[in-house]
Amino acid sequence: MASNLGGASISQTDDFETFTPTTDVEPLKRAWRNEKAAPEILPYEASLVGRIKEQIQAMEDSIEEYSRSGIDPLIVSLYQMDLDRIQFLLRSYIRSRLQKIEKYMLYILKSDELFRRLSKEEITFTDRCRHDMKKHFDESVLSKLPNNYQDVLKQSITSEEDDMVPEPPLDTFVVCKSKEYLEHIQLEDEEERASSRIEEPFEMEANVLHIIRYRPIKSLVESGRIDLL
Amino acid sequence: MAGQSDPQLNLFSAEEVEFVAEDEMLEIVPNMRMDSLHLICGDYGPFYPQIATEVPLWLAIALKKRGKCAIRTPEWMSVEKLTQILEAERDSQGSFQILPFHYVEISKLLFDHARDDVPDMYLVRSLIEDIRDVRFHKVETSLESIDTRTSAVKIKDLSAMEVNIVRPFVVRALQAIYKHGNPELVPDQDRITNMQTQGHEHGQRRPLRRR
Repeated sequence: MASNLGGASISQTDDFETFTPTTDVEPLKRAWRNEKAAPEILPYEASLVGRIKEQIQAMEDSIEEYSRSGIDPLIVSLYQMDLDRIQFLLRSYIRSRLQKIEKYMLYILKSDELFRRLSKEEITFTDRCRHDMKKHFDESVLSKLPNNYQDVLKQSITSEEDDMVPEPPLDTFVVCKSKEYLEHIQLEDEEERASSRIEEPFEMEANVLHIIRYRPIKSLVESGRIDLL
Repeated sequence: MAGQSDPQLNLFSAEEVEFVAEDEMLEIVPNMRMDSLHLICGDYGPFYPQIATEVPLWLAIALKKRGKCAIRTPEWMSVEKLTQILEAERDSQGSFQILPFHYVEISKLLFDHARDDVPDMYLVRSLIEDIRDVRFHKVETSLESIDTRTSAVKIKDLSAMEVNIVRPFVVRALQAIYKHGNPELVPDQDRITNMQTQGHEHGQRRPLRRR
């Protein structure tokens, strides 16, 4: 059941996002917000990041050029501010991905789907991270434990599966909104629905914020139909 | 474990929310001549004295700080509009008035950096504070409607800062409700947050509630 925090009859009409035509900043901001809000790592925005990096490079060059050619320092400082803002976004985006990798690297390495979402640099990072962590655990703790308890992935050799791998909490709740009206969102898991009450399918109005469990809307976030914030 | 703070819950800092708000557009009236700026975030200008033009808030504030422009306070920030909104906000119990998504941050930034451009600044500021208080009280009241059958919360017309403030509480409450409704998740969660817990006992653990 969706509880309603104020069901105004008028829908929110004002521009939720600033309207910026054809720049890459808005998509980057979206990617940043989604990445920060999603419990698991999302597909790497390779081409977007590539374009942004080029623009940053070009802007750095022209700022250097401007300051040499004696253009009004005010203008130079405005360009610099713009550059700083984009760089902040990009760094924060990449950093939040790295944090997830550090936290869930063992899980990511086990899952083809998640592993494919990493960039080349992130793959190198993951490998090195795993290597360093294993080395550290081995040297500091695991080598001093009885033989049966020396695995990084398992609690003991009697564990049937890898039960020491932290998984991203997909059942966490996130704040999100949809760009368009969506219906038939299945809030319950398959087996749950079979065993329990029949839940009416959930619907989402455009541009209305919802706080909802991540797992049922996971695919809609991945396909870009729902944004997190 | 439930009840423990989770860094995942405090996703966006107040500064980050403010950062996003700084991209909102607003009108300035420059007092100097300046060519167009071709920024990564878009093209703005050209700027002519006394001719109003639209720029993002951060740019407006940067120019304002250097005394290069006056900022036109957005329409909703007038005493008249805000008085109306405050009254309507008080009258409507179940719903929120429509305000810009970033009204808290925009007004704060303008009070901090462009006080001489905000007509009746003290009155406007106290109106906005009152509106915030009334809205927050309503948020708190409507949160009481969350119960064990709540699986999603719809938040219509709440602003960015308000969402950010209620997020940790609501998310944690819903998480706890969900978890207790699905007993099989409890040991799982233990395993994630507390790696020392023995994971072998799940089988024996009796579900708390059968449905």
